Amino acid sequence: MELSKIESLLEKYLNAETSLQEEVILKNYFLSGNVAPKFQEYEAMFSYFNDSKEETLEVPIQLNTKKTNWKWLSVAASVALLVSMYMGNGYLAEKQAKEQYAQITTALQLLSSNLNKGNEAMANLYVYEDTVNKIFKPSK
Amino acid sequence: MTQSDFLKSVLPFKDKVFRLAKRLLVSTEEAEDATQELYFKLWKNKEKLSDYKNVEAFAMTMTKNYCFDRLKSKQASNLTLVHSNYKEKDTALEKKLEYRDSVNQVHQLIENLPEQQKLVIQLRDIEDYDFEEIGKMLDLKPTAVRVTLSRARKTIREELIKQHNYGVI
Repeated sequence: MELSKIESLLEKYLNAETSLQEEVILKNYFLSGNVAPKFQEYEAMFSYFNDSKEETLEVPIQLNTKKTNWKWLSVAASVALLVSMYMGNGYLAEKQAKEQYAQITTALQLLSSNLNKGNEAMANLYVYEDTVNKIFKPSK
Repeated sequence: MTQSDFLKSVLPFKDKVFRLAKRLLVSTEEAEDATQELYFKLWKNKEKLSDYKNVEAFAMTMTKNYCFDRLKSKQASNLTLVHSNYKEKDTALEKKLEYRDSVNQVHQLIENLPEQQKLVIQLRDIEDYDFEEIGKMLDLKPTAVRVTLSRARKTIREELIKQHNYGVI
């Protein structure tokens, strides 16, 4: 490639007047590795442009974004929380009822045993009454 | 439109979308998120896609707009932009650096360009779109695209010459 042609193409290139085909000619020249020293700065430019084309997206594209997943996850979490609260509440109430039942049972047992003590004392009274009746015959 | 039809029509330009997003947002992760987001939007609007003659150009426009929004919200939330933190290296050292580094330097020089010039360089010199297409994507007249591109190319070249004293050797 004659340098004069490259030079005139570069002139046009700087004014953004080159066509895509002409730019291909320039690219090929500057990537050939055989560049005239006075055009060194262009070599860096064209090499950079060429390298940049190689960069690709490394992550896969997802069409169902995570956002909706998070939304459903939070809904599920709140439902789970509500259910567990409801279940827990039922369990708690049952436990409290059992405790109350146990307390009432012991209280009633205490009451009944005390009542029975009173009954025993009453039995002694009958013995006393019998004795009195032996001495003082009840009038007929 | 089935999922496989959709993917057939939009997947071929996924890397272009990604590269454009990365050009504007700088970080790879941000660009990946932007690409993901763009494809999700396209998928949601899949019924309307057939109305567009050029889905690819439409997707590029959407990418550009999405990235501009991201940049704006970043600035609004007071996060520093990664590329504004760029510091120039020691120039004495620079001169010693070889070919490979001057290639990397082009990257930094493009990063320092105004957004519109970045876009045009990306779309023309890297993705090889013609001026008509670029005009459609950026909502500019083809002549305006030329002017912007010319400015960007000249700036990159002049900066390279300045930093390496190429012309003087």
